[in-house]
Amino acid sequence: MTTMLSANSIHKSFGAVEVLKGVSLTAKKGDVISMIGSSGSGKSTFLRCLNFLERPTSGTIALDGAPLACRKDRSGDLMVADDAALRAYRARVTMVFQQFNLWAHMTARENVMLGPTRVKGLTRSEALERADFYLAKVGLSHRRDAYPAFLSGGEQQRVAIARALAMEPELILFDEPTSALDPELVGEVLRVMRSLAEEGRTMIVVTHEMNFAREVSSKVVFLSQGVVAEEGDPREVLRAPQSDRLRSFLAAQAA
Amino acid sequence: MFYGYLPMIVAGLGVTLSVASVSLLVACAFGLAGAIAKLSPSPLLRGVATAYTTVIRSLPDLLLMLGVFYGGQILLNRLVDSQGWDYIEIDPFAAGTLTLGFVFGAYLTETFRGAILAIPRGQIEAGHACGLTRWQVLSNITLPQMIRHAIPGFTNNWLVMLKATALVSIIGLDDMVHRAGLASAATRAPFTFYALTGVIYLAVTTVSILVLSGVERRFSRGVRREVVR
Repeated sequence: MTTMLSANSIHKSFGAVEVLKGVSLTAKKGDVISMIGSSGSGKSTFLRCLNFLERPTSGTIALDGAPLACRKDRSGDLMVADDAALRAYRARVTMVFQQFNLWAHMTARENVMLGPTRVKGLTRSEALERADFYLAKVGLSHRRDAYPAFLSGGEQQRVAIARALAMEPELILFDEPTSALDPELVGEVLRVMRSLAEEGRTMIVVTHEMNFAREVSSKVVFLSQGVVAEEGDPREVLRAPQSDRLRSFLAAQAA
Repeated sequence: MFYGYLPMIVAGLGVTLSVASVSLLVACAFGLAGAIAKLSPSPLLRGVATAYTTVIRSLPDLLLMLGVFYGGQILLNRLVDSQGWDYIEIDPFAAGTLTLGFVFGAYLTETFRGAILAIPRGQIEAGHACGLTRWQVLSNITLPQMIRHAIPGFTNNWLVMLKATALVSIIGLDDMVHRAGLASAATRAPFTFYALTGVIYLAVTTVSILVLSGVERRFSRGVRREVVR
């Protein structure tokens, strides 16, 4: 299988605090990578760097072997040199957020349609058809005309997943997609994500759901204090952790 | 009852409304530009916008109006003399609407800035994260939601500005207040004409409030009404 996304030695500092100290990651087509680690380990920051919502301080990111050309911004962080290249990249690598971030003034369907019409140039009727297809996929056809404020957290997150899918991206980044949900709503979102993994979609998931990491992902990456402390097959990494840090993290998760 | 002056005064409403609506357009342009500048990462733009809102909001509207009209005329005269051109007179309508628009643009800058800040940051990020351009984020996500947050402050500014159009009568524009002054001088019945003018203003502001609350409802679809107890 070919390497789709590779991030090489990503560093990120906020002022004097170095949050990422050289994190590298490669995702192959069909990979489902779970990134785990305690809060403050830098896993969300790393994921946000992959979409350039956070600008890395140094490092390179390449999609399909083509590195994104970057230059330094005013504060010395890396920004993608060409705006159009960044947008094209983001259309291929979309993101699902912890807080859903649905556009509050649009219905579920309109949320899913915006990217395809504005970024992908679909006509309204093509976008409608696509929106209805992906809303059906996440089981929300009957809620398509509802505004986000009238949806439960689980429904909002499923709409957000449909919104990401409608871009027909090559890779989807999930930033703690179930962390803002009430416990009884977590299951419906994980079920959708599991079905996406089974379809062979490439996903990088920052998560606290150890069952998801264990059962669904093809690779687990454990981040600790801004570095990759351990990575590999979830069955091996999670059952037989090599480092003390991962052992104590897993013990704390199980407790 | 109005000694035949009623049609003349009502006709002045046209002047008042056209001054107010053109000023509003100018003010919205300055206000939006100001709000975007104040929220921009560029220190220069932020500085210019801050100077604009600070200075303009500190000075009386009347002072600014006279300053632009008479001061501007003097400056223009000097320029014209030095270049040997023909005499150019500042048009009171242009001077009035530009000044009012410029002044209320400073107030709207703050209204719009607050309204933009009220939009959760994550929604803007979600727009960027799927590849929208800055302009697409602004026009599809920020502006439509900003309108809802801006309406209460905007309504206030509009009402104050509508009344401030009366100031244009001092630079010679023939608005309602100016005509009421002429009519009361001619008939020695000031109360009648000023009361009439007041009633007309009240009617216009009432209609404005109704229209703007309609706009607020239109842009509040998707918002759950939470009752504060």
